[in-house]
Amino acid sequence: MGIEILGLPMMYYIAMVAKVLVAFVFVLLTVAYATYAERKIIGHMQVRLGPMRTGWHGLLQPIADGVKLFFKEEIIPSQASTFAYLLAPLVALIPAFITFAVIPFGGVIEVAGYKIPLQIASYFDTAAGRVFDINVGVLYILAMSSLGVYGIVLAGWASNSKYSLLGGLRASAQMISYELSAGLAIVSVFMLSGTLSLNEIVAQQSAYNGFNWFAFKQPLAAIMFFICSLAEINRTPFDLPEAETELVSGFCTEYSSMKYAMFFMAEYANMVTVCALTTTLFLGGWNGPMAIAIPLLGPVYFVAKVYFLMFVCMWIRATLPRYRYDQLMHLGWKVLLPLSLLNIVATGIIGYFIN
Amino acid sequence: MEQIIFYILAGVAVIGTILAITEKHPVHAILYLVTSLFSIAVIFYLLTAPLVAAFEVILYAGAIMVLFLFVIMMLDLGHPEKGIAPQWRQWLPALALAGVSIASLAAVIVSRHASAAAAAAPAPAPAPALPIREVARHLFQDHGLAVELVSLQLLFALVGALYLGKQSKGGETK
Repeated sequence: MGIEILGLPMMYYIAMVAKVLVAFVFVLLTVAYATYAERKIIGHMQVRLGPMRTGWHGLLQPIADGVKLFFKEEIIPSQASTFAYLLAPLVALIPAFITFAVIPFGGVIEVAGYKIPLQIASYFDTAAGRVFDINVGVLYILAMSSLGVYGIVLAGWASNSKYSLLGGLRASAQMISYELSAGLAIVSVFMLSGTLSLNEIVAQQSAYNGFNWFAFKQPLAAIMFFICSLAEINRTPFDLPEAETELVSGFCTEYSSMKYAMFFMAEYANMVTVCALTTTLFLGGWNGPMAIAIPLLGPVYFVAKVYFLMFVCMWIRATLPRYRYDQLMHLGWKVLLPLSLLNIVATGIIGYFIN
Repeated sequence: MEQIIFYILAGVAVIGTILAITEKHPVHAILYLVTSLFSIAVIFYLLTAPLVAAFEVILYAGAIMVLFLFVIMMLDLGHPEKGIAPQWRQWLPALALAGVSIASLAAVIVSRHASAAAAAAPAPAPAPALPIREVARHLFQDHGLAVELVSLQLLFALVGALYLGKQSKGGETK
């Protein structure tokens, strides 16, 4: 087996670093080109062209944006609470990225006789002959997404500006309200799967025709989870924390240069994460035709599904106007929360009679 | 390896908690407390209790502390110079309670340690991580009544908060 470090073979560490690098670079590139794709897609939906000048059809636009933001002046408001002001962008960005540690993006591939499951926080136990991953994967994701709110709230509070404070207040109230319904929508998936491990949830949805997807067994939960996730990551039509017509740009009004870019990246990384999680929970994860026979097809299907959902996010942004604040609260507490509770009760009753 | 991680995390938790108590600024104090809670969650994970770890972060760090922040921002309490420092008289009951809890904890540890040393028993094997199905069964089958009582208590708190909120609103219109 070669050299062992702390009871694990050397290949384990190489595979782990490789997986982390691949996932990180994938998310970073997707974030960069999601901004471009969003401008292009919304442009074409509004019969415009979108960015055209930088490179062929504006393909170098994300690089131009990055360079521009990098060379902007760094401004810290004189009355700001410096400690929290500097901490906030980091707190927003880190949870958005580390969520990817538990999302399975492919099956088990074999490199030089060592089996590597394509999920960062997992390993293949040759003695047991199966993949072990963190057995509370979904709870881990819920925990990380609930930490992401700190970045926004701190940014709103630390900037010492009325617009930022209002944006931060709105963000915290909105995230707390919608986290409940999102969590309850996931509960109805657990009731079917009986496990919290994302790897096993994906394995249960593996069927060639795709009708084992939880989106078909729990259509209401799938739709509710996606809506609540959009609200949790402050996407349109729930982007009230940064409603530019009322709040300039909400919690990040006072931020400039790379710190603003970090909020921007966190927002898009959150979008990637939410789409990946919806894919994993409801759309069968990396499953697809021939995905088990040819392991390298798994990541392809996974990325295709994630990109499709991201397209839906952008489509929604181009289509729907922003909610009013009271409408947002009404939808969260009086429509989605009772519906998700009813869905759990219905799942329980139907499950009882089927078994 | 696990021991090193444990000691680092334990140090972070203790220092974070001390800073949370001594910090005058409420928002910074909350940040320190969140750090401390987070490292405690990772300690739970090291003790093969991933479920407890996840709930620690979701409930304490993710929900309760966000509500604290929300209240501080909404009522504009983030000014330490306006706050009233507690008098030494107010410290006394807190000190007494802290003394009692530390003494009982020390007693438990010492007695455990003494009995373990006397028996010279080998360290018990680490328990396997409990699947969530077992936790749920234990909670809702064996302790169903207690769970219902706790939820009733939460309902009372909710009704009370609603009543207080309505009352102050009525007072404004008068």
